[in-house]
Amino acid sequence: MSRLNRFRIVGSLLLGVLLLMGASDNSSRTDRLGHQMMCMCSCSQILMECNHVGCTYSDTMRNELTAGVDAGKSDSEVLAMFVEKYGTTVLAAPTHSGFDRVAWLLPYIALIVGLGGVAFVVRAWHKRRVPATVAATSGLSTADLSRLREQARKETDL
Amino acid sequence: MLLALALSGYSFLFGAVALFRRDSLSAVITETARRAGIASFVAVLIASAILVTAAFQNNFSIAYIYHHSNIDLPIPYKFATLWSGQEGSLLFWSLLLSGYGFVLRLRHKTDERLFAHASVIIAAVQVFFLLLLTFAARPFATTPGELPLDGAGLNPLLQYPEMVIHPPMLYLGYVGFTVPFAFALGALIMKYPGDKWIHITRRWTMVTWGLLSCGIALGAHWAYYVLGWGGYWGWDPVEVASLLPWLTGTAFLHSVMMQEKRGMLKTWNVWLIFVTFGLCIFGTFLTRSGVVNSVHAFAQSSIGTWFVIFLAIIAATCIFFYVYNRSHLRTEHHLESLVSRESSFLFNNVLFLLICFVALWGTLFPVLSEWLQGHKITVGPPFFNSVTVPFALLLLLLTAVGPLLAWRKTSLGSLKRNFLWPTVGAIAVGILLIATPPSWGSVFGMRPWTDVAYFYSLIAAMLAALVIFTVAAEFLRGGRVISGHTGRGLVSSMMLLGHRNTRRYGGYVVHIGMALIFIGVLGTPLNRTAEKEMGFGDKIDIGPYSLVSRSFTQDETPNYSSSIAILDVYRGGKLITTLYPESRFFTATQQPQHVPSVYSPLREDLYVVFEGQNQDTGRPIIKAHLNPLVSWLWIGVLVMLFGTVLALFPNAPVPVRAVAAAPVTAGFHAPTAPVGAD
Repeated sequence: MSRLNRFRIVGSLLLGVLLLMGASDNSSRTDRLGHQMMCMCSCSQILMECNHVGCTYSDTMRNELTAGVDAGKSDSEVLAMFVEKYGTTVLAAPTHSGFDRVAWLLPYIALIVGLGGVAFVVRAWHKRRVPATVAATSGLSTADLSRLREQARKETDL
Repeated sequence: MLLALALSGYSFLFGAVALFRRDSLSAVITETARRAGIASFVAVLIASAILVTAAFQNNFSIAYIYHHSNIDLPIPYKFATLWSGQEGSLLFWSLLLSGYGFVLRLRHKTDERLFAHASVIIAAVQVFFLLLLTFAARPFATTPGELPLDGAGLNPLLQYPEMVIHPPMLYLGYVGFTVPFAFALGALIMKYPGDKWIHITRRWTMVTWGLLSCGIALGAHWAYYVLGWGGYWGWDPVEVASLLPWLTGTAFLHSVMMQEKRGMLKTWNVWLIFVTFGLCIFGTFLTRSGVVNSVHAFAQSSIGTWFVIFLAIIAATCIFFYVYNRSHLRTEHHLESLVSRESSFLFNNVLFLLICFVALWGTLFPVLSEWLQGHKITVGPPFFNSVTVPFALLLLLLTAVGPLLAWRKTSLGSLKRNFLWPTVGAIAVGILLIATPPSWGSVFGMRPWTDVAYFYSLIAAMLAALVIFTVAAEFLRGGRVISGHTGRGLVSSMMLLGHRNTRRYGGYVVHIGMALIFIGVLGTPLNRTAEKEMGFGDKIDIGPYSLVSRSFTQDETPNYSSSIAILDVYRGGKLITTLYPESRFFTATQQPQHVPSVYSPLREDLYVVFEGQNQDTGRPIIKAHLNPLVSWLWIGVLVMLFGTVLALFPNAPVPVRAVAAAPVTAGFHAPTAPVGAD
């Protein structure tokens, strides 16, 4: 076999592998994008999960999605194409722009405020704490001792 | 219904008047109000029985029966007609509420004055629901026009055994939170001294929480085995509505321990219960008002306004009595250290509330967006999953760490002693999941650096392992101590340990259940699907399984006709089982329905759906899902429920040891993480 032929064979194999990889990429991209959109048949299900018998939307939408991905459109172009056709409700989650960003940010702001608030309260209470007093046995009455025992029992269940 | 309304109205008005009177008549009036409350239960019970009987008798002159039943509907589902629609389910809510009130009023001797307050508050809630049933959502409204020969039938999605159990469980949970709410508000109104009401409330809350957990789990199970989309949780507003009070109720069950043990967080606890009850009502409003889109919401109706008004009254009442009597809720102690049981409870409460907030925020954001921007958007599973998962993982970390911290302050030595080996075990689990080959199963050979979802799965697996190891270590440590004292075997000692402090160790079992649930959920990012149009002998390969089409058959019942695929399942060339996915067509409703067939070993679920038939070739389309670890989810739920039941059992008596009064040389210090400590 000539050197040129060997190059041709190796080249064809590489091209085949690349095409297969491309196919696999397209299929995983379609699946990923399909999970970012809702089926518009009002079933409130993710596009790739809609399983209604006789659903008039999901098959068409999936075909449109596959066509968009196969046509080499970027993720944002595909999503924009669907928003243009079906409206903003086709996206399964708020976008990361404009007012929609508030939906994403607020939970994390709440997390920081919540956990920070607890840490702050604990520290403030810790500083305000009355130091434990050293008391001699003789300084405590029987009533004090039984109160302390009761407190110990309550706090430790022993 | 009118009689029930009159009796509840009497119980509320005269009961309230009696509570404010201080003369000799007040006791008599209170007693008549209590009896009226009991009688109202009988009246609502009779009304519910009449509606169910009408379903059995195919009495289609009642519009509700016409819309939700038909002649060929199987008997169990005729019984379930009661909660299958708007009006019936509100009647069912009223029945359960009056049932809870009935039990509470029978047990009034426990504390007559506190129970009288609680009884009045329950009667007030009951009046609201009965007003709704009398004027806005009438279950006995007649069918207009000519009497129909057959009913419109029950929604096929509801014709499933779980539908006979799931709604009652959920409603028992929802409605049950009225009781702790009534006690909390009653105790606040009367400035109830001591924490006895907390003991009473905690038990009711635990029962209610267990029922709500069971209801939510049955709903997830139903979604998985009936809806046929291969999942069990879709963040639908109705699902979220059930989760919200569960989250705040769980927070309450934790924080109430701080009030019992240390006299802290009194205001927080009262408000947690108020909010939990408010969320139950709010959830009902969400489901029934049509304000948000939902797969399984009831028909849109005008009753949303009723709920808004009721929620406003609840909020005003709670705020008024809190402002008026807040001095009663002063804390007895303050936190002393960041590394203590108290602070772990605080962090855990904040995380529960944050998850609750996120779920509510995501559910209501479309409404807010429409209001502010003029167009609606969708907030679906991708949003909820990406935001709540990190919060839930933090919570899982606290589940592992919190129970082993001592009250007041934990020393570094104690931390090391309690966490060293569980942490080593959790890290070993992580290494095992990464280092093992994928051929061991779907979750092995994880590559957490390739996708954030895999990273979360790995962290969840490690944290779940940490929870299980810390709880196991705690059982072992306590068991060894008891074994040393009594000479019993280790297992028997651990059982005795659990029996001596059922609440604490029952709680630990619940934590193990939660860890198992997380294990069940962490496989979700690794789900796989395959779909194929299958002729005889055709094959679908998915993961280690091969599905071979053996045959197809059809069946006919009075209620539905069905097509069934018979598929042999092979693994490694060996036949392991046969699956029968089915597609039904219901005669009365003229609606189709999938019935998936599932093979569920512990490692993964092979979930097969009869998707439909190709119109051109007539061949069935089969969709197969490979869902790793799902069985662990259901096992986790069972373990969690077992733990809840265990925690409700009374403690075994502990032999009393005579302790000489030791001289107190320095201020009192609780030992760190003592055996049997909560």
